[in-house]
Amino acid sequence: MILTWTSAGPAVSAAFLSSLVEAVEALTIVLAVATVRGWRPAGLGALAGLATLALIVLALGALLDRVPLHALQLAIGVLLLLFGMRWLRKAILRAAGVIPLHDEELAFATGTAALREQAQHDTRLDWLAGLASYKAMLLEGLEVVFVVIAVGAGRGLLVPASIGALAACALVAAVGLALRRPLARVPENTLKFTVGVMLSSFGVFWTGEGLGVPWPGEDLAILGFATLFLIAAVGAVRLVRSPAVEPLP
Amino acid sequence: MKTLVNIFRLAGLFIDDGLFALALSVVVVLAAIVAAIAPAVPIAAGVVLLVGCLGVLLGNVTSTGTR
Repeated sequence: MILTWTSAGPAVSAAFLSSLVEAVEALTIVLAVATVRGWRPAGLGALAGLATLALIVLALGALLDRVPLHALQLAIGVLLLLFGMRWLRKAILRAAGVIPLHDEELAFATGTAALREQAQHDTRLDWLAGLASYKAMLLEGLEVVFVVIAVGAGRGLLVPASIGALAACALVAAVGLALRRPLARVPENTLKFTVGVMLSSFGVFWTGEGLGVPWPGEDLAILGFATLFLIAAVGAVRLVRSPAVEPLP
Repeated sequence: MKTLVNIFRLAGLFIDDGLFALALSVVVVLAAIVAAIAPAVPIAAGVVLLVGCLGVLLGNVTSTGTR
């Protein structure tokens, strides 16, 4: 099967943007651990989390090969719909001012304060700091794994999706290491909004494929779905925007 | 206990608002029923799926926003 940019591009982009959000969240916690307890427990915890993730990916990969294509497409589509539309719904409500924006700076400060308090009680509990880093890497990484499997499995797009996810993780890690600061300047809600639109579009596409729907334009239909979801989401933001929220420039 | 908490957190990746997730599931089931009863018009299931998802999203967001 020859991959073209038309088929691989959306998978790479969706996996890249989705993974970018998760990587920023994981890095925030790892940086908080590293700042207070040093890079050793933070790094070891993160590496252990990555090792666990690798095992999960291997296990899921073996299972995926044995599942019939239509059942896989349907399962992936429903998973993507739940995952993507959950993000899109929250991003709309945040953009409209109905629920507060998620603040990475606040998350960093909260994590740092909790670990400092812990350090005052017992200086030998570095393993707890490592565990915090491990859990952050594992749980946020699991989300990346689900995205990669959901976006890439079924049509031989696991490699492009993995490349997108790895590129995002590498980018965030490089930026994080260079700045040694939480990436609060990354407009998280804008990312989640975009990712929600893309994942929802993929979800509709894959669920339909699983049900045997012959989408007009095949893979290009995803772009049409994304346009519709974007129009609906922007319209919803305008519809429910709180009067206290200033319009975006 | 912690395992249970982690399982719920894992489920939370996909289900945030229970009614929202339920409504989406209903749309998928409806699309599957349409696909089963109208195999001659397979695009009908796709229309139900797409319009249903957009409707659920807009309905949930506007109801949450005006609550």
